[in-house]
Amino acid sequence: MSGSEPAIQAEGLHKRFGAVQALDDVSLTVPAGTVVGLLGPNGAGKTTTVRILTTLLAPDAGRARVAGFDVVDQAAEVRATVGLAGQHAAVDPLLTGRENLDLIATLHHLDRATRRRRVHELLERFDLTAAAGRRTSTYSGGMRRRLDLAASLIGQPKVLVLDEPTAGLDPASRKALWATIRSLVDQGTTALLTTQYLEEADQLADDIVVIDHGQVIATGTPDQLKAQVGGHRIEVELAHPADTTSAVQALEELASGSPAVDPHTGRLVIPIPGGAAPTAAVLRRLAGAGLDVADLVVRRPTLDDVFLTLTTRTDQARPVTTVGGTR
Amino acid sequence: MSATARLDDGLRDTIAMTRRNLYHYLRLPALLAVAVTQSILFVVMFTYVFKGAIHTPGVHYVDYLMPGILLLAVAFGSPNTGVGLAEDLTTGMLDRFRSLPMARPALLAGRTLADAIRNLVVVLVMLGVGALIGFRFHAGPFAALAAIALPVAVGYVLSWFAALVGLATGDAETAGTASLLPVIPLAFTSSTFVPVDTMPGPLQAWADINPITHIVDADRALILGGPTATPVFQALAWLTALAAVMIPLALRRYHHATQ
Repeated sequence: MSGSEPAIQAEGLHKRFGAVQALDDVSLTVPAGTVVGLLGPNGAGKTTTVRILTTLLAPDAGRARVAGFDVVDQAAEVRATVGLAGQHAAVDPLLTGRENLDLIATLHHLDRATRRRRVHELLERFDLTAAAGRRTSTYSGGMRRRLDLAASLIGQPKVLVLDEPTAGLDPASRKALWATIRSLVDQGTTALLTTQYLEEADQLADDIVVIDHGQVIATGTPDQLKAQVGGHRIEVELAHPADTTSAVQALEELASGSPAVDPHTGRLVIPIPGGAAPTAAVLRRLAGAGLDVADLVVRRPTLDDVFLTLTTRTDQARPVTTVGGTR
Repeated sequence: MSATARLDDGLRDTIAMTRRNLYHYLRLPALLAVAVTQSILFVVMFTYVFKGAIHTPGVHYVDYLMPGILLLAVAFGSPNTGVGLAEDLTTGMLDRFRSLPMARPALLAGRTLADAIRNLVVVLVMLGVGALIGFRFHAGPFAALAAIALPVAVGYVLSWFAALVGLATGDAETAGTASLLPVIPLAFTSSTFVPVDTMPGPLQAWADINPITHIVDADRALILGGPTATPVFQALAWLTALAAVMIPLALRRYHHATQ
């Protein structure tokens, strides 16, 4: 890989399965040493993109290079330089943790000494040494994920592809796995990470590519994307929830979009354009309308707001439907 | 990479995959126990149930029957290959293996080799049980070895067929039943249980061209003695032809495997 060439460069990827256009002109770039989050709802085309980039699937059109190798013409070279942790924790339940890693190391054609050393290191690094002699059928979901991640690192890949690495994990295991991935990132790992969790992309990715219906609908850093949907969000908690309609009317002029009610917290969320947040004006108007305010928060938009603004899909439940955030 | 280095890697990958699948048999002893129990039942049950009804002049019925039930036992075991691969497909293991720089054919080669080893164990157990109730080889040690190798070879080819079915269906249960479908009618319309000349005319004509008849006849010749060259040649021709179709189809299917 030359110094200037991106770790992953995909151009105009198309893929159709029967009547479904899974990818409709997807391009993305992952510069070496960065983590790019591929963000989108279920069925957006994330896994299809991953499968093409890891040589598991050939694109109908378009081309992609990973670590400088073409995914179609140089598939063997790509497989030798890319590490994949797929949507499932792909570990053999009847083998022990150590046997699983040793099998993958053998299939990477490492000699016995290297194999032993690397398996030992990875077990230590992922806190699996104590459980290494147990069959993975006895592991927790989080442990299986860690082992799967360890397996994807056996070949010391130049590029790591993580397809929804925390799908199906409980919140505590998810946080723990984030810390693990974070430490890989801090050591300079180049990675493409797909996720439908906005917070995950925000935590781990330098750049984000938002994909929906097989098309890229936005790219940028988390901050750029947040800036794209603009300004601030003011969250108001009214003393009397029945006042919501009056409050919406009172604030309509200040808002850059329509105020919405967060279904979980019952708070009114008002998008405010540009620079300084007009907190005083909000309070004045509410007071002028004779409405009592219990709480008021000014915040920057979260990726949740970005996602809701960008994806227009209404035909199915979205993984994240709150408009609120805690940051 | 040079051709010899590639071949070397391919062999190492195949051995690694064989070992993985043999571990499964060791770690789930029930899998092997069921297969062994089933084969013991085959030997004892078929021998005593059919013995009185079927006339095999000049030959002990257990000696006559053994080739057929060896074949039946490996045939009934062959869906395992497809079931295991369908499971690997749904659990994401195949994606993991396909994303590695390993020799691609090694996954199927290792899986089918492990199943061939399993079949060898089953065949030896059946011959042991058979020996207890009077089974004997009559044509010398080399013919005996060939008589053992032939059903194992049949099981190997059927494993590739099951692999194709398992990868094509992608569902363990469907793979289990679907890969047995063609085997059952083929086995029962052959010389497996009864001499072909006791069948009605049209069935006799079919049984004469049924590959399983040729294979069972070959194994019978290797056990009982008599002319072996022609039946063994015919059996090997059939096996080679089936392998030449099944193996490339299964490999192709694996190459494009998707969930």
